Amino acid sequence: MAFIYLDHQSNTPLHPLVKEAMIHHMETIFGNPSSDHQAGQPAAQALDLARSRVAALLNANPQEVVFTSGGTESVNQAIKGVAIGLREKGRHIITSNIEHKSVLNSLRTLRLLDYRVTSLDVDAHGLVDPAAVERAITPETILISVMLANNEIGTIEPIAEIAQIAKKHKIVMHTDAVAAVGNLPVDVQELGVNLLSLAANQFYGPPGVGALYVRKGTPVWPLLDGGTQENKRRAGTENLISIVGLGMAAELAKNAIPERQVRLRALKERLEQGLKAGIPDIHINGHPTRNLPHLLSVSVEYIEGESLMLMLDDEGIVVATRSACASGSLRASHVLIGTGMDFATAQGTLVFTLGEENTAGDIDRVLEVMPGIVQNLRDMSPIYKKSAG
Amino acid sequence: MAYSEIVLDHFKNPRNVGEITEADGLGEVGNPVCGDMMSVYIKVENDRIADIKFKTFGCGAAIAVSSMITELAKGKTLEEAMKIKNSDVAKALGGLPPNKLHCSNLGADALHSAIKNYLDRKSGKAVAKPEDKELHLPEKGEACYCPYCEKKVEEESPFCIFCGQEMPHEHDH
Repeated sequence: MAFIYLDHQSNTPLHPLVKEAMIHHMETIFGNPSSDHQAGQPAAQALDLARSRVAALLNANPQEVVFTSGGTESVNQAIKGVAIGLREKGRHIITSNIEHKSVLNSLRTLRLLDYRVTSLDVDAHGLVDPAAVERAITPETILISVMLANNEIGTIEPIAEIAQIAKKHKIVMHTDAVAAVGNLPVDVQELGVNLLSLAANQFYGPPGVGALYVRKGTPVWPLLDGGTQENKRRAGTENLISIVGLGMAAELAKNAIPERQVRLRALKERLEQGLKAGIPDIHINGHPTRNLPHLLSVSVEYIEGESLMLMLDDEGIVVATRSACASGSLRASHVLIGTGMDFATAQGTLVFTLGEENTAGDIDRVLEVMPGIVQNLRDMSPIYKKSAG
Repeated sequence: MAYSEIVLDHFKNPRNVGEITEADGLGEVGNPVCGDMMSVYIKVENDRIADIKFKTFGCGAAIAVSSMITELAKGKTLEEAMKIKNSDVAKALGGLPPNKLHCSNLGADALHSAIKNYLDRKSGKAVAKPEDKELHLPEKGEACYCPYCEKKVEEESPFCIFCGQEMPHEHDH
């Protein structure tokens, strides 16, 4: 690669074995898995294999895996599907203030349809308080949706505890695990959730494909109506080439995660310590211990994130920013503001997400160039006061 | 994103960065809360901008706009400089992405504010201190309203569900 890629959350590169599996599938199989003839059957088998691989990654039953077009669809299906499925029971949903936009905007749509939403505050580390979840429950509550790990600050939420509360009150529990699956061991039995969303492009699979785990008996009405594919949960001919890629990525992730999370955490630690030592007035965001092994969110005082991102890009270092100016909506990140950060500091936020191909040399390169870039931008900034005078 | 070559050049090699210690006029617009802030310092000789410097907190476009406005204004008479429009800056930069056009407002506004500040000082008028300026702090739970029918709508709605009008991209300026 011609550049150092530290934005794996936007999209991971395709694993060579995933690519190989997809090409092999394209070259050998073209039938429709729903066809009971000799062209369709190999396709049905490929679909089954992918399903059992994703199920194994999550410690789920293959019948509980529904393939989707990615994390966004999985989340939409989970939230709107339960809202429709349980509309006669109640119209109240509980969530947190730092969810991904797919959750926030699914709930926006439900508010238009007269559902009520309680969105809970998080603490300075981005943690949701399970006791606050329990206090928000009403007889009308049908769904609790809290993310497993936050995609901007990396904080891992107490999902098992919240799911236990949901179960006690007979409420459906969904977790958006898109940022977590493939980076952490994720076990749906340990978590005790009814629904869990994931996306292949977070763990070296192709973009545009994902899955929703649906625990047996969960009342999820389909979003896409049509035929009986995906056990009547998601109509339409399967995107089988991508699903095969997802299956292979899941198989590889299951084996790679134990070693990968240790290695990436060590690299992240190197980056964090190096940045703290090399650049004054920075903040490391998220929870100090309960966090994703590969994600580091850093807010740099006195400068704006997009200009910092572009300067790093010019040096061949690719990272994400969470400044308002870089977002389509020109609003500061709701996640950072949700943790109580002031607007100006939130503007100077970078998110580094490390991946398999990164090395200590990559991190050292960041540590070599970033302090100088930050200083240049600070020297240009009207709000930077030199400590000397 | 798609910044033009000129924008990238002015962003990476900004012209006239800094402060003028005994400036004749100072213009400050925006604030970091909104995402960008610019200070323009001018030195005036014979009704001409003899020297101009800037400091900017902002995205790539904001920095490029700041750099370009100083280039456009340098050597111009005050009257000519007052006529530089935001669209002139965007044009000189080879265009800006649509969601960055608001950044170009910063440039001309800051320049005009610096000239006004110079004229006010010259005429002995009381000069507003930067601290007097109101901070545009978005309030928590601030609601969005449709600009056409004024009904309360959800944030980032693609269109108003009451009147059907497409919603413009809102921003905090």
